[in-house]
Amino acid sequence: MTALAAAPLAIRAPLARERLSRRRRWTEKVAAASLGVACLAALLPLGSLIWTVLSRGLARLDTTFFTQSLRGVVGAGGGALHAIVGTALITVLTALIAVPVGLLTAVYLVEYGRGWFPRAVTFLVDVMTGLPSIVAGLFAYAVFSLILGPGARSGLAGAVALSLLMTPVVVKAGEEMLRLVPTDLREAALGLGAPTYRVVLKVVLPTARSGLISAVMLGLARIVGETAPLLLVAGFTDSMNYDPLHNRMATLPVYIYSQWQNKGTDAAAYDARAWTAALVLIVFVLAIHLLARLAGRLLAPKTR
Amino acid sequence: MTQQPLTLEQLEPLELQAPVVAPRRPSPAPTATPPLRMTDFSASYAGRPAVAGVTLDIPAQSVTAFIGPSGCGKSTLLRSINRLHETIPQATTAGRIELHGEDVYGPGVDPVVVRQRVGMVFQRANPFPAMSIRDNVLAGAKLRRQRLSKTAAAELAESALRAANLWDEVKDRLRQPGAGLSGGQQQRLCIARAIAAQPEIILMDEPCSALDPISTLAIEELMATLRRDYTVVIVTHNMQQAARISDQTAFFSASALRQPGRLIEYDDTTTVFSHPGEQATADYIAGRFG
Ligand SMILES: Nc1ncnc2c1ncn2[C@@H]1O[C@H](COP(=O)(O)OP(=O)(O)O)[C@@H](O)[C@H]1O
Ligand SMILES: [Mg+2]
Repeated sequence: MTALAAAPLAIRAPLARERLSRRRRWTEKVAAASLGVACLAALLPLGSLIWTVLSRGLARLDTTFFTQSLRGVVGAGGGALHAIVGTALITVLTALIAVPVGLLTAVYLVEYGRGWFPRAVTFLVDVMTGLPSIVAGLFAYAVFSLILGPGARSGLAGAVALSLLMTPVVVKAGEEMLRLVPTDLREAALGLGAPTYRVVLKVVLPTARSGLISAVMLGLARIVGETAPLLLVAGFTDSMNYDPLHNRMATLPVYIYSQWQNKGTDAAAYDARAWTAALVLIVFVLAIHLLARLAGRLLAPKTR
Repeated sequence: MTQQPLTLEQLEPLELQAPVVAPRRPSPAPTATPPLRMTDFSASYAGRPAVAGVTLDIPAQSVTAFIGPSGCGKSTLLRSINRLHETIPQATTAGRIELHGEDVYGPGVDPVVVRQRVGMVFQRANPFPAMSIRDNVLAGAKLRRQRLSKTAAAELAESALRAANLWDEVKDRLRQPGAGLSGGQQQRLCIARAIAAQPEIILMDEPCSALDPISTLAIEELMATLRRDYTVVIVTHNMQQAARISDQTAFFSASALRQPGRLIEYDDTTTVFSHPGEQATADYIAGRFG
């Protein structure tokens, strides 16, 4: 009987583990710390951004800002109603173009596409996903110049430019959501004697409903902050314009840009308006995300 | 805005129609054509046959069991009957399958119409998650744009659920989602859905393989009643089950790996299980392979 064997296992084991676990604990700590630092590094600019926008934007977050345009305003005062209305109108118009085209393309690719054509479409959509937004703007500019004469600017032209950016996002995300619908369900529906279009309408789309709404929201989030194409084709104005078919139409991103770029005599007033517009735009994007979450939760197929 | 699952009334305009609850059966057959006849039938995936040279007649109002080792093409054969096989890219068939003497693969035959006459229950219960229990049962009518009055729909749903032995368990929660039921209940819901679509033939691909013994028993009892009105073809891995519930048994097997499955023996279930004509059948039933 050696001394080692005499020591009961219960006493020996913890000692041996102590050294090992100390090293493990340190590795663990270092790993957790570096992950934490990475997270902080990512969040710091965001936090600082939100702080800056809030602290500088709150000053002009008043009723005037939401009830007046900039028409005739020199220096302080005035609001961004025209830009808010413009952003809302152009966003809705963009969605009216991009959502049907995007979702129908996604349905085609997942439910109907066979052979080389869907592959070609997928390739083009992938290319469009990386399309620089200024190119989309130039395209819309060229198209509307050709139809309506050179230099024609309108809210609709802006929406056309933005829909080029939104459609591929909706296609990609929508496709993913449709592929999540189990083949089982399609076969069950086909097995009941349903034509393919009924299977899509009554089984696939309702099952993917919440995911498709997220896809649309993702697309919207992609375009609400776009500036360059709108600067080019929707232009900027100080006045209200409810008509997306004619004349320049202001939008929040372009509003921010123009306030900052063309400061009048009272520069601080222009800066303050720009910050408040930025704050409103951020809240707008946030609202879209929250709506997407909410819709996703409410419309998801229930199990109970 | 919590949204209730869509109901039939919301979607389809009301129109009175007598409830058709009894299975649709053609008027008395002038000849003795069986409801289902296969002649030298083969089915392939991308040029590789999964099952080949099957010739058999399946009599009306009976339960026919397909047994055999995994991969010998039982599911493929079953899915060929209602033309679901061809929905897989590059899947092809050869030979004939006749439904009351009409070739299912004949020129001008619409697979959608074939599937309306041949119902199917799958291995994994697959109720539609976006529909309530009631709408799952009535899905066949809804998917085919058949119009049902409110009362006809209610009667059809009730009779199908009763036929599937599920009515008492769900009658108080017809508006709730079908996905909330237990596995066995979901499978019976799928059977009710198949019955409510009023087919002549019901195909079942290992309907009990994912179920507990009690749910399995419930479905086996159901088989005994289904046989009175329908022609049932069931694939099963469970020898006792085949012996208990079927009238005829078809044994399939492949001669070697990567070879297509073939029909080895087809006879009354009692004969197949007591005096199998082939050694392979006897070995398989005794559990010596597969
Ligand atoms: N979707 C498919 N694509 C290609 N081959 C398949 C597919 N489904 C089944 N097979 C092949 O067909 C053969 C028969 O399969 P299956 O009909 O599922 O057999 P069983 O139901 O008797 O187990 C197997 O070799 C299988 O690998
Ligand atoms: Mg199988």
